[in-house]
Amino acid sequence: MRKIAIYGKGGIGKSTTTQNTVAALAEMGKKIMVVGCDPKADSTRLLLHGLAQKSVLDTLREEGEDVELDDIRREGYGNCLCVESGGPEPGVGCAGRGIITSINMLEQLGAYEESEELDYSFYDVLGDVVCGGFAMPIREGKAQEIYIVCSGEMMAMYAANNICKGIMKFAESGGVRLGGLICNSRNVDNEKEMIEEFAKQLGTQMIHFVPRDNDVQRAEIRKMTVIDWNSSCPQADEYRALAANIDANKLFVVPNPLQVEQLEELLMEFGLLEGVA
Amino acid sequence: MALLRHTTDDVVERQALTVNPAKTCQPIGAMYAALGIHRCLPHSHGSQGCCSYHRSTLSRHYKEPAMAATSSFTEGSSVFGGQANLLQGLNTIFSVYKPDVVAVHTTCLSETIGDDIPQIADAAVAKGFVPEGKRVIHCNTPSYVGSHTTGFANMTKAMVDYFSTSTTDEKIDGQVNIIPGWVEPADMSEIKRLVKLMGLDGITFPDTSGVLDAPLKSEYNMYPDGGTTIDQLESTGDSAGTIALGPICSGPAAEALKNKCQVPQETLPLPIGLRATDIFIQALRKYNGGEVPAEITAERGRLVDLVSDMSQYFYGKTVALWGDPDQLVSLTQFLVDLDMRPKYIVTGTPGKAFLRRIGEVLGDSVKEVIAKQGPQADMLYLHQLIKREKVDLLIGNTYGKYISRDEDIPLLRHGFPIIDRIGHQYFPTTGYRGAMRLCEKILDAFLDRQDRDSPEESFELTM
Repeated sequence: MRKIAIYGKGGIGKSTTTQNTVAALAEMGKKIMVVGCDPKADSTRLLLHGLAQKSVLDTLREEGEDVELDDIRREGYGNCLCVESGGPEPGVGCAGRGIITSINMLEQLGAYEESEELDYSFYDVLGDVVCGGFAMPIREGKAQEIYIVCSGEMMAMYAANNICKGIMKFAESGGVRLGGLICNSRNVDNEKEMIEEFAKQLGTQMIHFVPRDNDVQRAEIRKMTVIDWNSSCPQADEYRALAANIDANKLFVVPNPLQVEQLEELLMEFGLLEGVA
Repeated sequence: MALLRHTTDDVVERQALTVNPAKTCQPIGAMYAALGIHRCLPHSHGSQGCCSYHRSTLSRHYKEPAMAATSSFTEGSSVFGGQANLLQGLNTIFSVYKPDVVAVHTTCLSETIGDDIPQIADAAVAKGFVPEGKRVIHCNTPSYVGSHTTGFANMTKAMVDYFSTSTTDEKIDGQVNIIPGWVEPADMSEIKRLVKLMGLDGITFPDTSGVLDAPLKSEYNMYPDGGTTIDQLESTGDSAGTIALGPICSGPAAEALKNKCQVPQETLPLPIGLRATDIFIQALRKYNGGEVPAEITAERGRLVDLVSDMSQYFYGKTVALWGDPDQLVSLTQFLVDLDMRPKYIVTGTPGKAFLRRIGEVLGDSVKEVIAKQGPQADMLYLHQLIKREKVDLLIGNTYGKYISRDEDIPLLRHGFPIIDRIGHQYFPTTGYRGAMRLCEKILDAFLDRQDRDSPEESFELTM
């Protein structure tokens, strides 16, 4: 089983990209589990056709520690298994501790056992790794591969660079590696070239450039992934390509985060070029 | 065999490690202070283990049951916050245990997840869990800040924040607030006795006398007769002044009272020893028209007489001390006044002001003294200093008994906690009479040692 964590700046499209990629992998016949690690518990909405699911922590709160796997796991598109860790309401409690609790619980309940015959498990993590809890998915024995969703916007690249610093720390002690950057296009000038160069400087690759297409939103409104909604539209093929690239990926690295000056130089160089015709 | 035989005299500059700390957790102090409110149940907002440790440490020292409730956090409470537990806890406490006041303090866990206690307390009131006339107060006590003395100070300040009220512009003549700091219940009684002898109406808060030294009765009472009442605490805002004993434990409450109710305040050293008690009596004179009753003058005279009788034995004796800053400053002053030589002084309670205060007490002789504060000022460090150069006497809490045994140095138990002797809670070391008791104990330690060690030919009957 390959364990993959998806990180990136808040609002960049992690959950959307993850679910669309998972749909494409499921279409390829892979068995997948998706673990949403966001207190909002909206990481599996498209796969489940709605927010019907009870989160691990809701279950823990209501039923105590005597929880069974079937209480917290629902089957979604393409027989993928969906889990939401959930968390406290905004402003109280400790969401980071919630992620630690819920991942520990999944392990105890045997969600990752061989007998589950999973090909992939995906962790969809809150944008900002604000404390130790949000780093839980990349601690020893958890996700081995990380993909960072970013765009050519400055703040998204800053965030990606920052996440690489976190990966570096955990890579030293554990086996976690960066698998690549997923560019979720915002139609920024020279975006593809800039992210390719950014990836190169980090020592990794841009694993796929996902163009901006309103079909993603059209599917989302219907609580569906693109493949589920309209499997023949061009955007569906983009996610198939991304899924195939991840499936075939062999380049796993410890990233070299950039200095702030390097990052700004990169932005200057590509951002100020004349738009490619 | 020496229990601490692995301790060497090689003092290594440490960055992080603390070995046998000379301090403990904030909530212990908050709990002790809260027990000094009449009919108050302290409440620990956190996991059960915290509350158990704090209660048992207080019980081991005071040899009385230290009653307290806990929010009993589970994994779920740490994720979702402790509001549900505290609400249910307050409901149960007021319906089953019926205190007048619940004094909530936090723990490291509830501090780190950021629970908002006043908001939860308001919710409890809105839900009708707090009966008419009953009160919930709180203070924040993260143990990764300060020490047990900080917790004591925070809860004492909470009493001002929640209760003190200024009802008129005119302050009540002759009514003085006394904040005694973290001392034994018997010390609180002694301080109250002196205030009364001076002809003043004192409001002492917190006041654990009658709570943690309560007499044994035929019936168990969860809330003994002692403690400062809500009426008294409210009235502190109308007092003519506040005397805070010890800047660390009592300073913040006095300052808060000054800001809230314009009650002038004076922060003094804890009245341990001749000079510090003189300062305390002088401060009280400002409120009673300047009279010092003959009874107090006689007590002082007896102390001076005793000191002059004993001084030949005290002169030049070296001492190592550890404990809490407010106690250490006054003890150091007293030892200097007895012509003894404090040599090593350590406290785990962080704060550079401590070293300045010790410097003021010692004057020029500060050069001969090693004083240290903070996480690395621990019992290991003190032991290493003693191994390098011995002292004649140790003064501190029970944790010094290993050093005392290994190095064969007499130990005078003073401070918190004393968990291997009984009786200390009934006898003050404050005031002139307390100073006499300290002198007696110090001299006993020296003379017992002399009797033990002197050869047959010089074993004296009369000393």
